[in-house]
Amino acid sequence: MITLQEIKKSFLVSLWFMFLTFPIMVIKVNTIEQTIEWRWWWMAAVGLGAFVLSFFWRIAIARKEAGKKKAEVSGEEKIALIPRLMSNPRFYIPGLVATVALVVIFPFVFSMYQTNILITALIYVVVGLGLNIVVGLAGLLDLGYVAFYAVGAYSYALLNYHFGVTFWMALPIGALLAFLFGIMLGFPVLRLRGDYLAIVTLGFGEIIRLVLENWNAFSFGPSGIANIPKPGLFGLKLSLQQSSIFIYFVMIGLALMTIFVVRRLQDSRIGRAWIALREDEVACQAMGIDKTRTKLSAFAMGATWAGMGGVVFAAKTTFINPTSFTIWESVIILCVVVLGGMGSILGVIIGALVLILLPEYLRAFSEYRMLVFGALLVMMMVFRPGGIVSGVRRIYKFEGLQNKVDS
Amino acid sequence: MKPVLDVNQLTMDFGGLRALDHIDLQVHPGEIVALIGPNGAGKTTFFNCITGIYAPTKGDMFLTRPQGEPKRLNGLKPNRVTERGMARTFQNIRLFQNMTVLENVMIGRHCRLHTGIPGAIFRPPASRREEKEVVADSYAMLEKIGLTRYVNEFAKNLPYGAQRRLEIARALATEPFLLLLDEPAAGMNAQETKALDELILRLRSDMKVSILLIEHDMKLVMSLSDRIYVVDYGKKIAEGNPEEIKSNPAVIKAYLGEDIDA
Ligand SMILES: Nc1ncnc2c1ncn2[C@@H]1O[C@H](COP(=O)(O)OP(=O)(O)O)[C@@H](O)[C@H]1O
Ligand SMILES: [Mg+2]
Repeated sequence: MITLQEIKKSFLVSLWFMFLTFPIMVIKVNTIEQTIEWRWWWMAAVGLGAFVLSFFWRIAIARKEAGKKKAEVSGEEKIALIPRLMSNPRFYIPGLVATVALVVIFPFVFSMYQTNILITALIYVVVGLGLNIVVGLAGLLDLGYVAFYAVGAYSYALLNYHFGVTFWMALPIGALLAFLFGIMLGFPVLRLRGDYLAIVTLGFGEIIRLVLENWNAFSFGPSGIANIPKPGLFGLKLSLQQSSIFIYFVMIGLALMTIFVVRRLQDSRIGRAWIALREDEVACQAMGIDKTRTKLSAFAMGATWAGMGGVVFAAKTTFINPTSFTIWESVIILCVVVLGGMGSILGVIIGALVLILLPEYLRAFSEYRMLVFGALLVMMMVFRPGGIVSGVRRIYKFEGLQNKVDS
Repeated sequence: MKPVLDVNQLTMDFGGLRALDHIDLQVHPGEIVALIGPNGAGKTTFFNCITGIYAPTKGDMFLTRPQGEPKRLNGLKPNRVTERGMARTFQNIRLFQNMTVLENVMIGRHCRLHTGIPGAIFRPPASRREEKEVVADSYAMLEKIGLTRYVNEFAKNLPYGAQRRLEIARALATEPFLLLLDEPAAGMNAQETKALDELILRLRSDMKVSILLIEHDMKLVMSLSDRIYVVDYGKKIAEGNPEEIKSNPAVIKAYLGEDIDA
């Protein structure tokens, strides 16, 4: 595996890096003494570093390729670790109990700060599961997803401002409005696929944001809307901490509901049609599936969850303005889906927790936070392109099947 | 009886290229009809036109359910055509690779089912029953085609011959009375081809489907077909039973260098 060729290639990479970084790493102009320092040590460090990194990179790639070949020869793919553990009651029952216990006691044990971070993560779980319908199941690359999130948030904020609509009323209304926006956005992009779809949806997302930013009479422009009430609990007066805990449990409930619905959807007639659309649009139509309805339903269902997430977001922060709904937000949600594993519910949950919690706890290295983040994503795409948990399809059991196979 | 498929003067232009030039073709109930011709003759284009994937430049296409009225196919979307009872397979296999074999067949059932989004979420008794039925029906289809041993495999992991059979199973799951097969034997070995030959005859006798097939394997075509149409450069150059086609000088000329008896 470690051939001379590999070493030579890594050597070339390190030479190339030394050359590229020469002006910034080696030459240092001392402006006070008007001299130039030549820091040759730095060059050696860059060279050595690049060599080692490139070498390990190559080894890792080679191992991955070897693994793939082996799987092909043996004719069966190894079932990934996590789904295997999930299907074994000896692991998943204690795991489930521990998770439930942790989830219930979390806000009472940890600080309000921690609880708030987890609420944000849970919002991303819900919104990510929604986008997972559009991108992971139906295969429609939507980069303007945050628009529906904004629709949800502004529905609550504006309805509350003008008509005093409460959180619990706004939740279904926000979902419904986002659903309608999903259909509205779905229509013009019905004929588009892949890159084109991505670009057009990105444009739509920006349009919504720009409208919110500039239409002062409607959305109060960049100054946004403040004093949005937190969700009420039978008219009780909650302290700041209590209401955080309450939102936390509301979010847990919403996340559970999302998981329940998405699970049921993906193993249904509609869910299968979404996946078929992702796999092959032409064959899908030729098998009698109405492409228009299937695409629109995916857009609308995905948007619905974003709308609900938006309502909770507005309630949690009590203040919204257009800067919360930039393209960057769409990208993060997309990363949640892609990193976690397209089409996998557990994957999206893990993806959301990792992507939202990691940067929070990496604040110590805040300068390098995005660098680590980026490196992590690149590594994932190279070594586990299917995401942390790759989507598994349902296994149907049939009586007598075993005998038939053996005979 | 009325033909199940009646195509008149079908013409398809791609820019300046006339891929189909005033083609007439009929398939009668219970018939196995072959459409043959050299590569690039326009056979697949013909399928794409009648199934609604392409909109033909000119011509009329009618589909008639046995004991039914003729329905015009022009302007219908592919899924509507399939709902009307004509299903197809593809020359370059187009399975849903990351779905299981069973799910591929279940997709074929889609247009005969009704569960929508509310039904999927709340699962009322009707949806539960329908879901049970679709699993059972799809499994029964796999039994008919002989693919049960792969039931939970991803389609992409199947051997080539099995993938071609799965395409047929998926198309049959839509309950067609006319089945279009685009080079079903391509890439199959002699043994698989023989099994395919038997399968196609069985489809006609057991499931009462008429069949229109595109095929390059002349042995298969000659043994299966009741009638054969030959196209070359988008034009129909001959039509008749296998004996007539074998001795037709125009056909021999089109296939010059190719052994039609092979
Ligand atoms: N979508 C298309 N656009 C342009 N030309 C096409 C298209 N589809 C097929 N053709 C052309 O039409 C002719 C017939 O192709 P085809 O129907 O695939 O032949 P075959 O008889 O081998 O199935 C070929 O010259 C092909 O290049
Ligand atoms: Mg062809």
